[in-house]
Amino acid sequence: MSLQDITFTDKKDTRSGFGVGIHEAGKANPNVVAMCADLVGSLKLEKFIEDFPERFVQTGIAEANMIGIAAGLTIGGKIPVATTFANFGTGRVYDQIRQSVAYSDKNVKICCSHAGLTLGEDGATHQILEDIGLMKMLPHMTVVVPCDYNQTRLATKAIIERVGPTYLRFGRPVWPIFTAAEDSGFEIGKAQFLSEGTDITIIACGHLVWHAVMAGQELEKRGISVEVINMHTIKPLDVDAILKSVGKTKCVVTAEEHQRNGGLGDAVAQVLIQNTPYPQEYVAVNDSFGESGTPDQLLEKYGLMPKDIIAAVEKVMARK
Amino acid sequence: MQIAELNKTATQVRRDIVRMVHQCKSGHPGGSLGCADFLTALYFEIMHVNTDFKMDGIGEDLFFLSNGHISPLFYSVLARRGFFEVKELGTFRHINSRLQGHPTTHEGLPGIRIASGSLGQGISVAIGAALAKKLNGDDKLVYALTGDGELQEGQIWEAAIFAAAKKVDNLIVTVDWNNAQIDGSTQQVCDLGDLHAKFKAFGWEVLEMKGNVMEDVVFTLTQAQLKAKQGKPIVILMHTEMGFGVDFMMGTHKWHGSAPNDAQLESALSQLEETLGDY
Repeated sequence: MSLQDITFTDKKDTRSGFGVGIHEAGKANPNVVAMCADLVGSLKLEKFIEDFPERFVQTGIAEANMIGIAAGLTIGGKIPVATTFANFGTGRVYDQIRQSVAYSDKNVKICCSHAGLTLGEDGATHQILEDIGLMKMLPHMTVVVPCDYNQTRLATKAIIERVGPTYLRFGRPVWPIFTAAEDSGFEIGKAQFLSEGTDITIIACGHLVWHAVMAGQELEKRGISVEVINMHTIKPLDVDAILKSVGKTKCVVTAEEHQRNGGLGDAVAQVLIQNTPYPQEYVAVNDSFGESGTPDQLLEKYGLMPKDIIAAVEKVMARK
Repeated sequence: MQIAELNKTATQVRRDIVRMVHQCKSGHPGGSLGCADFLTALYFEIMHVNTDFKMDGIGEDLFFLSNGHISPLFYSVLARRGFFEVKELGTFRHINSRLQGHPTTHEGLPGIRIASGSLGQGISVAIGAALAKKLNGDDKLVYALTGDGELQEGQIWEAAIFAAAKKVDNLIVTVDWNNAQIDGSTQQVCDLGDLHAKFKAFGWEVLEMKGNVMEDVVFTLTQAQLKAKQGKPIVILMHTEMGFGVDFMMGTHKWHGSAPNDAQLESALSQLEETLGDY
């Protein structure tokens, strides 16, 4: 399995993968209820609403109420899928999620688009970079961050089928599709190995998985053997996959569209420090808010491009 | 159940409350005592409940306690109604107890369907449960109780707008309007104004009742049931006195969240007849 074989044929937004996934889940399971706080178009819910209008709850711009209603719906056996932008679906309603969903262990799915810098021009008020950390800290909560359109569709269906409170994070921009539409081996809690290598492990999630692939392709051309892991499930974290990989490569770079504090990188660091403290470098936003700009401009400015991953690889390999 | 029987039960519930908060030297007796008549009526007369507890509550009336700090009342009523053994009331707020300081589903206590304590969330949860009943074709009702100080939380009014806009008419919310909260009277802390006019303007059917007169509680809850399923959510503004039933706990907000000492317990129990046997 070589990174050179990985290409993309099309580009779509991950939120559209969610829209297709929830429609398919709603068709398969009559207990699925979609909810939204005035962002139906952004969340791609139109087809679900058209086909299952009685199973759609529009709360208006009232996210706290939406989370509470979602918790209540589970009591009657429903599977509520509460949707909005990631900033409003996590940080804004943290206490509602903590008490009414996580502590109460309710089968609520919080599915959020427009996470991270790549929502672009709206700027820092909307570009949440702390949501993975916030959600993974909550006991009972599962956190899934799929990497492309196909995987977001599959992840949406998978989290709905699995019982338990879950946060699904996806985004706004069109992005390369490089995982399979079906039978891609996606499984909640099981890391996806995109290549096998012996010199460096790159662990990424979300949009940054594609950048990890591009970085790995360039590194391979330089004769470096790269293992790229798509860590789509941040919690429960696939500890065995991490340990198996670093056992070979003895160093790690993590890459994510999130704060360095509290994200995927910190989750991986916790595993290393408790087991086998190999060196690690972070590719992440470093204790900063975002700003307005195009997605590419922002990823460039905040150091989340393939070249930044390559620089981190060079740095961490020198520390071995 | 006859009014006299309900009153007897409420009196025993009040004894349970003061004994529970005394034994763990903490908890919230004031609001618990004030709402004792209401919750007794609800569980012993008004609601159809199955004490063989199932979380989904399909085919049953459901109750959600939003002001979770009056947990001593909730636990006593659930135990007296038969959801669990009354002797377990003695474990309230102890380590390894199912009777946490604020109610939780986390310990698997029968009768509890949501955690509450952080205020303002219960009406939203009740709306969700009411919507699930509609989707399930379940004609039973959903009840919720909130404090009045709790109405200062913004989420309450998000829920109030939604329930009216979406005609959640299988929902009966009661507000414990005792005019008291931790820092003083609600007027002093942050005046709620004309609650009747506010809920009416939000599109709710509004009823008022004397929450410490059992006849009026049963009558008004019955009226509320009759007004259900007519296109509007229902709110009952329940006038109560914090600490009702124990003379030195009435007329002050000071017993919102403090426990009686030994002498105060003795004085309180002397005012509350042991009608059903202490736990």
